[in-house]
Amino acid sequence: MTTTQAAPPATTTVPAPTPAGRPALPRTARVAALTRSGLVQAVLTVAAVAWLVPTVGLLVSSLRPKQVAATGGWWTALTEPAQLTLQNYTALLGGGDVPKALWNTVLISVPATLLTVALAAGAGYAFAWMRFPGRDAVFLGVVGLLVVPVQVGLIPVAKLEGAVGLFGTVPGVVLFHVGYGLPFAVFLMRNHFLEIPAELLEAARMDGCSEWRIFRTLALPLAAPAVASLCIFQFLWVWNDMLVALIFAGNDSQPLTVYLQSQMRQFGSNMDVLAPGAFVSLLVPVGVFLCFQRFFVQGAMAGSVK
Amino acid sequence: MSLRSPRRGRASGGALRRHRGLALLFVLPALLLLGALVVYPIGYSVARSLFDASGHRFVGLDNYGTAFTDHATLTAVRNNAIWVAVAPALVTAVGLVFAVLTEKVRWATAFKLLVFMPMAISFLAAGIIFRTVYDADPHRGVLNAAAVAVHDTFNDQPTYPGAHLRAGGGLDQAQGGDVTAPAPTRVVLLPLVGVQPGAVPATARTAREPAAGDGVSGTVFLDFVPGGGGHPGRLDAGKKGLPGVTVQLRDGGRTVDTTTTAADGTFRFGAAPSATASVVIPAANFAAPYRGVDWLGPAFITPAIIGAYIWIWAGFAMVIIAGGLANLPRETIEAARIDGAGEWQVFRRITVPQLAPVLGVVFITMVINVMKIFDLVYIIAPGPVQQDASVLALRLYLVSFGGGNDQGLGSALSVLLLLLVVPVMLLNVRHFRGSRA
Repeated sequence: MTTTQAAPPATTTVPAPTPAGRPALPRTARVAALTRSGLVQAVLTVAAVAWLVPTVGLLVSSLRPKQVAATGGWWTALTEPAQLTLQNYTALLGGGDVPKALWNTVLISVPATLLTVALAAGAGYAFAWMRFPGRDAVFLGVVGLLVVPVQVGLIPVAKLEGAVGLFGTVPGVVLFHVGYGLPFAVFLMRNHFLEIPAELLEAARMDGCSEWRIFRTLALPLAAPAVASLCIFQFLWVWNDMLVALIFAGNDSQPLTVYLQSQMRQFGSNMDVLAPGAFVSLLVPVGVFLCFQRFFVQGAMAGSVK
Repeated sequence: MSLRSPRRGRASGGALRRHRGLALLFVLPALLLLGALVVYPIGYSVARSLFDASGHRFVGLDNYGTAFTDHATLTAVRNNAIWVAVAPALVTAVGLVFAVLTEKVRWATAFKLLVFMPMAISFLAAGIIFRTVYDADPHRGVLNAAAVAVHDTFNDQPTYPGAHLRAGGGLDQAQGGDVTAPAPTRVVLLPLVGVQPGAVPATARTAREPAAGDGVSGTVFLDFVPGGGGHPGRLDAGKKGLPGVTVQLRDGGRTVDTTTTAADGTFRFGAAPSATASVVIPAANFAAPYRGVDWLGPAFITPAIIGAYIWIWAGFAMVIIAGGLANLPRETIEAARIDGAGEWQVFRRITVPQLAPVLGVVFITMVINVMKIFDLVYIIAPGPVQQDASVLALRLYLVSFGGGNDQGLGSALSVLLLLLVVPVMLLNVRHFRGSRA
């Protein structure tokens, strides 16, 4: 189920009068069918515009200098493109808080993704192919944790991290994301490992491969698509997060989302910061989305329960 | 994601016993983190919710009582209920419509890509986007700009907003109402004041008496000489006529004739007036111009944020439903068409029932998602209306970290949030067990 797949065979609403097929519809029916197809086109065109305009508005707003923005809506730039410049971006990325916040976003997202995927791959493999006491009961517990809202963890984990000095630091934010990414990640990895034919693993064991080697060289490569989906999903989840970082990140460790949130108070007078900032923050996810559509859709679908 | 488990892991017991230690090494890190960060917090929250803000005094279920009596929290609960009742159904419906319609056009892939894209971006970015879209000022918010443009296309625009009759001239005007000159003489002078600077067009000429002629004529003018001078109500030199004002001749409540003033403010009705006739400047000339809808005001804030939510999630619903649609057997639909069923009948009686399981998955997913809605509300609702838009997760955040400093109540809210998803949790576990049996 991907957006890139070929469209399902179109069911034509206008049956063409084929020599061997059904007779041509009467003229009125043909007109009705044509009207209907025109209506479908119109509805989808309106929807496409409604979906496109908000983002275009943000992009155009981000390219308008402060003085110009005060004189009218972003759409005035469509007739006077000369007012568009990159100066907001150069000002924003040239120094100050934004480059630091952007770097913090990377420092949080990358380890949180790698750690989650690594731990989940190990646990998923063990739940699928190793036997240990209470395995199935424990896994059932993991399934139960799938829908626990992150909100439940905010207060207790803040206390916990405060006690060990992690509260307000980048590792503190990373840790929280790993914890709440794990149930779904373990669940996904275990299901994908289970799809490996048992005979394949058995044969490797017969050949004297160690369990570690089977995991590394056989199971993991076979589950690569799942690993990719999980990486993308978890990365975007953490990159886009605001709530967790709002609480767990300190001033020095705040990611871009938290920085921009702190700017919302002056909303209206600082679109020269908010618009380009928001655009920078969405460039990475949209880029990831466009490059890895297939994995993205799978990951988003599988992880939508979060 | 279906909770399935195609085969159970099986291997010879001897090999596995040797690897018991290794198995622990594989699962233990994940389990320790899950225990400390997810399982322990559940217990902690339940316990903490029974204590007061300081955390030292046991208060029993008081915090839960507060949650259902405290005005701010009650608003949040009510809004959450609105969200759950409205948003998932709308997202599913829009997704279904898109999925079905895109099957009929050639640019389906491009459309799906476009509508799915908002899924990738953060609620924060989407929030900033929609905060500008919904801006009440039609010179900044694109939605109101469009609303005003559409409105003004179909309605006359007020020519002189805020203007009113110079009082004391023998004519009357109710507050903000029509200007009426009852039983008019042949020439009516209508002096107006309160015209906004800049509202008088550059083409306006000096006001003068209308040329003599049949019927009723008159002048609408700005009763004000720049720099001072002149007498109120008189056509002195330097007073400008007000062009473009709609003037009506009414008789017994019926509009007999309508005209518009010329560049020097004069107008004329050809017909001779009866004794009961009156000359009226309708109040619409003075109305405030249409400014669109106050999307971010207290009345519309929740529907507005739900609109943004649909923008984000409709693509998700569409892609999943389109996937389900592609897997439907085509024979039934084709057979129904051959039997003469219309598109609507096919949709209602065949497509939707066959898609029911997929629609259910999308709907439940959205319900879980909507219960925890936070970022969008926090970003889109401006400070003064935050309270009106509040939801459970936002209240929880504000109470515990955003100045409320009451982690007892915060914990109670988080337990409530958890209780809301427990049915889904049980459903997941049962489904999983069932698929293994």
